[in-house]
Amino acid sequence: MKYRSVFDIIGPVMIGPSSSHTAGAARIGRIARHIFGEQPERVTIHLYGSFAKTYKGHGTDVALVGGLLDYDTHDQRIVDALQNAEKAGMQVTFVPDDEEPEHPNTARLILEKGDDRMEVVGVSIGGGKIMITELNGYPLKLTGNQPAIFVVHHDRHGAVAAVATVLARHEINISYMEVSRRKKGQTALMVIETDQPVNARVADEISRLPNMLKVATLD
Amino acid sequence: MFRTVAELVAIAERERIPISEVMIRKEMQEFDRTKEEIFAQMENNLKVMEAAVERGIHEKVRSHSGLTGGDAVLIQNYIQSGRTLAGERILDAVSKAVATNEVNAAMGTICATPTAGSAGVVPGVLFGLAPKLSPTREQMIRFLFTAGAVGYVIANNASISGASGGCQAEVGSAAGMAAAAAVELAGGSPAQSAEATAIALKNMIGLVCDPVAGLVEVPCVKRNAMGAAIAVVAADMALAGVKSRIPCDEVIEAMHRVGQRMPSAFKETAEGGLATTPTGLRLAEKIFGPAASGERSRA
Repeated sequence: MKYRSVFDIIGPVMIGPSSSHTAGAARIGRIARHIFGEQPERVTIHLYGSFAKTYKGHGTDVALVGGLLDYDTHDQRIVDALQNAEKAGMQVTFVPDDEEPEHPNTARLILEKGDDRMEVVGVSIGGGKIMITELNGYPLKLTGNQPAIFVVHHDRHGAVAAVATVLARHEINISYMEVSRRKKGQTALMVIETDQPVNARVADEISRLPNMLKVATLD
Repeated sequence: MFRTVAELVAIAERERIPISEVMIRKEMQEFDRTKEEIFAQMENNLKVMEAAVERGIHEKVRSHSGLTGGDAVLIQNYIQSGRTLAGERILDAVSKAVATNEVNAAMGTICATPTAGSAGVVPGVLFGLAPKLSPTREQMIRFLFTAGAVGYVIANNASISGASGGCQAEVGSAAGMAAAAAVELAGGSPAQSAEATAIALKNMIGLVCDPVAGLVEVPCVKRNAMGAAIAVVAADMALAGVKSRIPCDEVIEAMHRVGQRMPSAFKETAEGGLATTPTGLRLAEKIFGPAASGERSRA
């Protein structure tokens, strides 16, 4: 089921004008920001399909940037997000793209700060609901409705068990998980949705395990 | 617990509870939340809807583009004149739907029901019928759960996104949701709610999403107006005992198939329909400059 809650249908409370192009866009931006862990210095946003064609009219640009500034869908500051980003020292470039996407409302965000770079693809599926479909080239399916932890690791036996053990010790229950890799034996991405948030201490403990390369969390 | 409208109605009849209660129980069970928590969250949504309606019918809101705003006030003044043709009830619902979408277009605060572009229909019908039916606060909150239950089925079996399914998926879904909720509020049965949804949705099938300049304004505001009108009439027909020859779930399925085969020019790309009329293109150019409309082909 794509929609699980009655509040996916009656809701969210949001700044107009479009749930998919404004509220959904704000959520994609905000989740990207949370996974990145801090405010990026530079963001390049590729827009596809309906996003590319109508983003100015729907305030998709304003909403994505609002999300990157950590604003919620109902935050009135979204209206002034472009100016606020400039003041906050975040440089944003929009690139409307002709390429035909799998879903009509797709955005690819490239967040950078110093040498750190993260690429995330989000789609807005309607009514403000979103799905993160790609992270640094790894395919995934993340709704952003639940806390989650992302671990980039060497594709070795025992890596998944080691992470699960740490979570278990901190009484964090796994509700959903998937592991994807681009090629056998190289690096892989573990995405684990949890019932309880994964705090910085737990994330740090996981990052010090053997074979771990990068850890990010989403509350 | 339920995946179709038929299942939703069957549970309500078996348990002898209204559709709103089926939705509330499902939400409690699935997310392990109390009834109080769920009611409080829905009441917050109700308050946002109420505030948007109030603002739109009293204040002449204007969108940034200048394309929309002020029509809800015009309709309210006209109702006061006592000369309405369609009747006070329908026009009150229409004006309150318009009010919500005018506030939305002005980047005001609204509650998506099921989307922002179609946010006017459900509150329009609720606050339009309220003066006649004098619902309690709880009944008003239940109205939203009933609408939500129908929307939940449509969203999972078809679509509520204009970019995926055209306007039928947005304003069409909203009209189907509002019609079912209006039946319950008026004291009708769960089966009559399903008939009302089917009747409303049938009359929205095929509706394209063709926003001028890509803005959620023209024709969205007036489509919400008519969505509210259709919902009220469909509810009345169902309460009168009229049945849809095509069952509700099959109407939803038909809407889905029509949406899948609809060309992308009619799915929120501003590349067809009203968006590419001479006036639509001229307005787009006025708002965004020649580049915005020049690259659009005409469908």
